[in-house]
Amino acid sequence: MATTVETRKAKVNMAGLAKADYKGRPSTLCAGCGHNSISSQIINAAYELSINPHEIVKLSGIGCSSKSPAYFLSKSHGFNSLHGRMPSLATGALVANRSLKAIGVSGDGDTASIGMGQFIHLVRRNVPMVYIIENNGVYGLTKGQFSATSDHEQTLKYAGVNPFMPVDICMEALTANGGFIARSFAGDPKQVTELIKAALSFEGTAVLDIISPCVTFNNRDESTKSYSWGREHQDPLHDVTYIPKQEEIQVEYEAGETTEVKLHDGSSLVLKKLDEEYDPTDRSAAIQLLESARANQVLATGLIYINTDQDSLQNAEQMIERPLSELTAGELRPSEDSLLEVLEGFK
Amino acid sequence: MTENPNQVINDFSMVVATANGSGSQTSNMALIRALFRMGIPVSGKNLFPSNIQGLPTWFTIRASSDGYTAKRDTVEILVAMNLPTFAEDHAGLSPGGVCFYADDLPKPQARDDIVYYPMPIKELVKEVNPPKDLKDYVANMGYVGIISEMLGIDLEAVRGALLTHFNGREKPVVLNMEMITLAASWAKENLEKQDPYLVQADDKTAGKILMEGNTAGALGAIYGGVSFASWYPITPASSFADAIREYLPELRKENGKSTYAVIQAEDELSAVGMAIGAGWAGARSMTSTSGPGISLMAEYVGLAFFAEIPIVIWDVQRMGPSTGLPTRTSQGDVMFVRYLGHGDTKNVILLPGTVAECFEFGWRAFDVAERLQTPVFVLSDLDLGMNIWISDPFDYPDEPMDRGKVLTAEQLEEIGEFARYRDVDGDGIAYRTLPGNEHPLAPWFARGTGHDDHALYSERPEDWERNMDRLMRKSETARDLVPAPVQDGSGKARIGLIYYGSTETAVQEARDRLAERSEIDTLRIRAIPFNKDVVAFINDHEVVHVLEMNTDGQMHKLLQLEVPEQAAKLNSLTHNNGLPLTARWIAESVVGPEGD
Repeated sequence: MATTVETRKAKVNMAGLAKADYKGRPSTLCAGCGHNSISSQIINAAYELSINPHEIVKLSGIGCSSKSPAYFLSKSHGFNSLHGRMPSLATGALVANRSLKAIGVSGDGDTASIGMGQFIHLVRRNVPMVYIIENNGVYGLTKGQFSATSDHEQTLKYAGVNPFMPVDICMEALTANGGFIARSFAGDPKQVTELIKAALSFEGTAVLDIISPCVTFNNRDESTKSYSWGREHQDPLHDVTYIPKQEEIQVEYEAGETTEVKLHDGSSLVLKKLDEEYDPTDRSAAIQLLESARANQVLATGLIYINTDQDSLQNAEQMIERPLSELTAGELRPSEDSLLEVLEGFK
Repeated sequence: MTENPNQVINDFSMVVATANGSGSQTSNMALIRALFRMGIPVSGKNLFPSNIQGLPTWFTIRASSDGYTAKRDTVEILVAMNLPTFAEDHAGLSPGGVCFYADDLPKPQARDDIVYYPMPIKELVKEVNPPKDLKDYVANMGYVGIISEMLGIDLEAVRGALLTHFNGREKPVVLNMEMITLAASWAKENLEKQDPYLVQADDKTAGKILMEGNTAGALGAIYGGVSFASWYPITPASSFADAIREYLPELRKENGKSTYAVIQAEDELSAVGMAIGAGWAGARSMTSTSGPGISLMAEYVGLAFFAEIPIVIWDVQRMGPSTGLPTRTSQGDVMFVRYLGHGDTKNVILLPGTVAECFEFGWRAFDVAERLQTPVFVLSDLDLGMNIWISDPFDYPDEPMDRGKVLTAEQLEEIGEFARYRDVDGDGIAYRTLPGNEHPLAPWFARGTGHDDHALYSERPEDWERNMDRLMRKSETARDLVPAPVQDGSGKARIGLIYYGSTETAVQEARDRLAERSEIDTLRIRAIPFNKDVVAFINDHEVVHVLEMNTDGQMHKLLQLEVPEQAAKLNSLTHNNGLPLTARWIAESVVGPEGD
């Protein structure tokens, strides 16, 4: 047993924190819920990146997905806001304190139904945050209604047959000029972790549409949001590896086999080619990919599109680097002389 | 000056009737500022349609040597520039009044009790021959010149007014003065003075300023340290955000970078969400809007109330809902805002009555919001917010900023414990920490209902009951933190008059009108929740009128709830037709028609 204690002691990251320091409260979601797996990957990503929890804020809307911020990073501030309205709250918080890293967790109802407007405008403004959609194609907390991403003509126990086409969240993010758009599958934890790490290094809105099966209401084999469908139809675009700033690229790849994407903080994402060539910096290729994935009923996962050239909201607003929340009273209130000067213009 | 009993000096209400979008605003501002520069108390009210171009608009300038600046029932001088309303405007002139009219407009059947002055605007503007794109603007300067000559407005004062308007740029001043001088000379040669209205230089505006309430409120917010402002375009609140955007860049830069952000949101729902996010993260944060925006904000305001996030929401009230009367004033949001949010919300409301108070409450609202950790509403209205008022210059904030109960990492280390929603001091206000605080005790998870005093998820009935009890205590604490009411009178009158907001100037004038007929005491409410003075005032008067500009008597009802045992003696006086109140209406409503 002595060895176990020793191992525990050794297991700290560069911030001197153990994995347990990134955990949250016990999950109250169903056993086997994809969201729990994603919470674990958020914990892994933050731990492996050695981010201090106080540098992170957790934000969410309403729904099963939006409950999950309570289940990771207990040592971070968090805000469980309104249904579909987390993006605006995130925008204000990150303008007030741009040194914070934000992880937003939303669902397909929260984002693609009630929250579509705020989602599009968050992406359009390029507010720097990780925006995860735990996409299960169904309303869980309210017991099994269709969401905006439910499959066309799918049958659900209580809701009946869905006559409408699903919203493709990655496509929406693309048309809103998003700069980091990825799709993943809760059943592929390694890919989820690497994408979250990369998203945390991106200076803009990083949209992660993660298919996250609802084991209670939408996990039948024919559903595109089920575990079995995901496993059978997942077609990764590439093998994703996140390389932190400090580290050399260790793994040797053969020439032409990989693409390296440089991120804002000096880290990079190495994309190892699988069967076909895919260039995630090509916007029209991304649109085509989403179209063909839909037509061919495959779950194309990985980094669908990246563009690191767009200004973040704070840079577009030409804000100081220092958090506005740290301004002193003297910095907040202009001088008495300046008031007299302003009033001169009204005499 | 000779004392001619037939002359009326510095006392008239002048209406300039034009078509919307015809470029008359500069001319009207030139007239009003010129009078102001001559030392004559003035006010300006723009009665405008919800329209970009073509519909009728009326700009009223009131000059009053007694300093009265409220709307007046009568019009003594008409400047008719718009055919569709000429007949009606002409019919509305007071006997003995004056009608200046563009001479290309067909004159309605003449009245023998008014004086007419034709104005050959088109001929005059031909002579000046301004660039095509400026023609309409320059043409409107024609009436400025003719009126100045006929009333005795000093052309140097007009020139100074234009210089202020054009921020000191000479070129447009020279062009406009050319037209004004030409028109004035034409009038001198061709018109014979037949009316009694005259202006004479006075000394009643020395040191004062002319400003709109929205600009004053925006400046107040800036001197209150606003760092985050979100907004969505809406009449009559847009000019509030405009003023914030105009003045922040020159007042809040650090090495060329902004120490603030002003974000135009995609709707008011998002605007308030952003403001709440910024307030949670520790910025002095606000949003400005009007009634329809408040409707969209309802859910988020409720959340902020229960999560206890400080923000300021500036509501420039207008008639509601939807379209129809969006450019008309009202005090119709009082009840809605007080209880905005589902569940037991009781929002704090500040009620500025003057431009100077718009400035003061602009900065003070942040102190109240951060002290109480709650949304604070400031209810202005279209009349106060968009019209032009005379004011003493604003006092620089005379109190240090109150950032409220925020614990730093060092303080947490010293105390050794932290419970976000615990009432440590007994005033109902708990301590908070800001995101980014590195102390391990600092983090808390914000949500609406269902939290214990550590902000942990809890559905235990006793946790929520305890929390609601604390919020009740906080609401009681608020009574003494908000601006106290202003009282006037001996305190011994039989009749008490309670009022609030933009009716202030009309009430002051009504008091003077009533002075000889009846003694009244007045109390102007400046905030909700009410403090003990409001209750005492009701107790101390036999009859208490509650005056407001809405149909339901919303403040009247709130007071009845506050003092149910006195409810029967509270009499509701309401006026709600889109126009500001007049002193005569108030006086007659309080003690009956004049002249009886």
